[in-house]
Amino acid sequence: MSEKPKFAMYWAASCGGCEIAVLNIGEKILDVDANFDVAFWPVAMDAKYKDVEEMPDKSILLTLFNGGIRNEENAHMAKLLRQKSQILVSFGSCATEGCVPGLANLSSREEVFAAAYDSITSDTLGIRPQYSYEVPEGTLTLPIFNTIVRTLDQVVDVDYYMPGCPPESHQIGAVIDLVIQVLHGQAELPPKGSVIGAGGSTVCDECGRIRNVKKITKFRRLHEVAEIDPVLCLLEQGILCNGPATRDGCGALCPAVGAPCAGCYGPAQDVVDYGARLMTAVSSVIDSNDPKEIDRILDDIVDPAGTFYRFNLAHSLLHASKTAVS
Amino acid sequence: MERITIDPITRLEGHGKIDIFLNEEGDVANTYFQIPELRGFERFCVGRPVEEMPVLTNRICGVCPEAHHMAAAKAGDAVYGVEPTSAAKKLRELLYMGFYFTDHTTHFYALGGPDFVMGPDAPVAQRNILGVIHKVGLEIGGKVIQARKYGHTVVEMLGGRKVHPCTSIPGGVTKGLTEAERQEIEKMGRWGIEFAQFSLQLFSDLVMGNPYYVDLILGDIYTHKTHYMGMVDENNHVNFYDGKVSIVDPDGKRLGKYAPADYTDWIAEHVEPWTYLKFPYLKNVGWKGFTDGNDSGVYMATPLSRLNASDGMATPLAQERYEQFYDTLGGKPVHQRLATHWARLVELLYAAERLVELATDEEITSDKLHNVPTQTPTEGVGIVEAPRGTLTHHYWTDERGILTKVNLIVGTTNNYAPITMSIKKAAKSLIKKGTVVNEGLLNMVEMAFRAYDPCFGCATHSLPGQMPLQVTIRNNEGEVMDVLSQYVHPAFLCER
Ligand code: SF4
Ligand code: SF4
Repeated sequence: MSEKPKFAMYWAASCGGCEIAVLNIGEKILDVDANFDVAFWPVAMDAKYKDVEEMPDKSILLTLFNGGIRNEENAHMAKLLRQKSQILVSFGSCATEGCVPGLANLSSREEVFAAAYDSITSDTLGIRPQYSYEVPEGTLTLPIFNTIVRTLDQVVDVDYYMPGCPPESHQIGAVIDLVIQVLHGQAELPPKGSVIGAGGSTVCDECGRIRNVKKITKFRRLHEVAEIDPVLCLLEQGILCNGPATRDGCGALCPAVGAPCAGCYGPAQDVVDYGARLMTAVSSVIDSNDPKEIDRILDDIVDPAGTFYRFNLAHSLLHASKTAVS
Repeated sequence: MERITIDPITRLEGHGKIDIFLNEEGDVANTYFQIPELRGFERFCVGRPVEEMPVLTNRICGVCPEAHHMAAAKAGDAVYGVEPTSAAKKLRELLYMGFYFTDHTTHFYALGGPDFVMGPDAPVAQRNILGVIHKVGLEIGGKVIQARKYGHTVVEMLGGRKVHPCTSIPGGVTKGLTEAERQEIEKMGRWGIEFAQFSLQLFSDLVMGNPYYVDLILGDIYTHKTHYMGMVDENNHVNFYDGKVSIVDPDGKRLGKYAPADYTDWIAEHVEPWTYLKFPYLKNVGWKGFTDGNDSGVYMATPLSRLNASDGMATPLAQERYEQFYDTLGGKPVHQRLATHWARLVELLYAAERLVELATDEEITSDKLHNVPTQTPTEGVGIVEAPRGTLTHHYWTDERGILTKVNLIVGTTNNYAPITMSIKKAAKSLIKKGTVVNEGLLNMVEMAFRAYDPCFGCATHSLPGQMPLQVTIRNNEGEVMDVLSQYVHPAFLCER
């Protein structure tokens, strides 16, 4: 039994959707079980930090790490699992690019605390979590809340990236198949640093909507559109869709049900700055050559930071605002 | 002072830690249940357009994203003062029933149920879904998988994705239902009613037919006389998607019902510096610490609470089961936390019946999916019942509908104080003057936790085994004297 290679999965600051996505792969879970010893997977089995600490270095073959690095505890686990794992996969949007919670990098720690603890329903204002606090019976400690959210690869060396919020189950299944083939000498691992479980193109390429190279004169917010055309490209209906800058892999699920791509699969292949790529795509559908007019139309985009960096702020060149790091 | 630290494991160190302090006599002096994590949604949603909130706040929780999706959409409706089309409301509710069906099934068969089906004294290794299958028969495993799959299918059909749906917006939805899809959902729903009835029968046979379990359920250790909360319709029947929030006191007397917009008249949150999570309580009753009774503002929000806070169920078969529930357990309210598992099955039946009602509503295939908001956006509150408690989203926006402030009171958070109390009670009953802390403590704490279904439990079902609970016993010098461990599903509260 113990000759089987070891598998681990861990969640740092996450919503748990990545774990659910893995559990949703159905009977493929049995393939994982047949080919691996599950050495550490808190959501599914007994495990303690201590057990991991006692494992020899590099004794886990494959670790899927999801969740962002929000507090010191997350950072500690990232380092520990890096040390114990041969292959460390940055799994899902939080670990890979910061995801929606990465938007906290536009705010200072105090602003985050004030919103949480001085809210309209709080009975006492000004109380903040204390990392070490004396209660009558002794000292209670909490992990330090870092000033910014970091991605896994900003804390440790990462071997592969698997995008998606969460990664779709069919993609997870395909990656598991590949790894099993590698174990049996039937396939080779992709080069270190590769993106796995996704495509090399954009969501638009998977999208079933029709593009007519139609130009627009106005952006419309989703709730302002009385009837969304069921077949026409959303961008060409003036609805800001992140498809052109986003990596394919999900099967263009959101546009298929009338919602724009929010960008959860992260930057498409070779895109250095997601926001810049999206801006280029968006500008290209604007029906004007007049810079002033173009600016006016772009002003319809009410939340540029959130639109262009919704999922990837923590991993973008921007990374964090001055307020956050001050 | 001796100190016992219970780490409900790994997620623990991420998500929940229990400290039990003993006094000189060796009795429990106090217990602390810490939530060591925060992400800060109430801050970083500021600046975002309100129509994106259903998609952004999904990411609070991957176990119940549907609940956040709905609460956010309803808060968006309120911010714009727009009434969604009648069909849109039904489509949202239909998606939500599919979600409830999956979620309640998972909890009963994988988490709460095994304690009863297998017996609380069965070896830990058998108290899981596989144990249930072995005891009750292979066929049941197939049924459970089918039930979960059906619920997921409804969610994906209407929400676009299995996890983190994306179709609800202020004023309506972006995706309707074709006749073929409707027929498929109706078929799954009808099967679901049978499945829920079967599950209730199983509970009757295995649990209520066994005096030992009845004693266990009715025993004092899992009893707290708190207030109860739950959303109801105009007939005071349980409703998951819409209505007013009903509050009853520990005697079962209704203190009132509030519309979402009035929640701040009713709810306040106690802040402690030793945890990242706040403790909600009833404002007019007041915060009296971790204690039950009519004078303490502590309330509970779970399937049991919803039944206690209502006058019945809106569908016929579920109503029969509701009556049977209170007849058997001696009237309303029921304070015994373990009865929550039964209450959850009554709700499962309601979800399936409501699913069929909606799927056979002639309006459900309407293409009138969306009313475009016309009013200037300002402020709004959206409330739904998440499986683990009443979920409140409160938004303030500028005149363009850009968020300026956000307040969230999230599912399990409602139960933070009652869970803390249950932990303390379990600890006190097991640790007495020189009594050896043994595995019994872990069992008791585990069962106390499970009744609340703290979030994340539902994820553990696919593989055998659950989360371990670890108790470290330290002497006065802080040296570790002993370590006990036991599987438990983690006390992960819905942290924002
Ligand atoms: S912009 Fe959006 S709707 Fe248009 S083709 Fe790309 S993904 Fe599809
Ligand atoms: S369409 Fe965009 S937001 Fe939707 S699942 Fe695919 S990548 Fe994610």
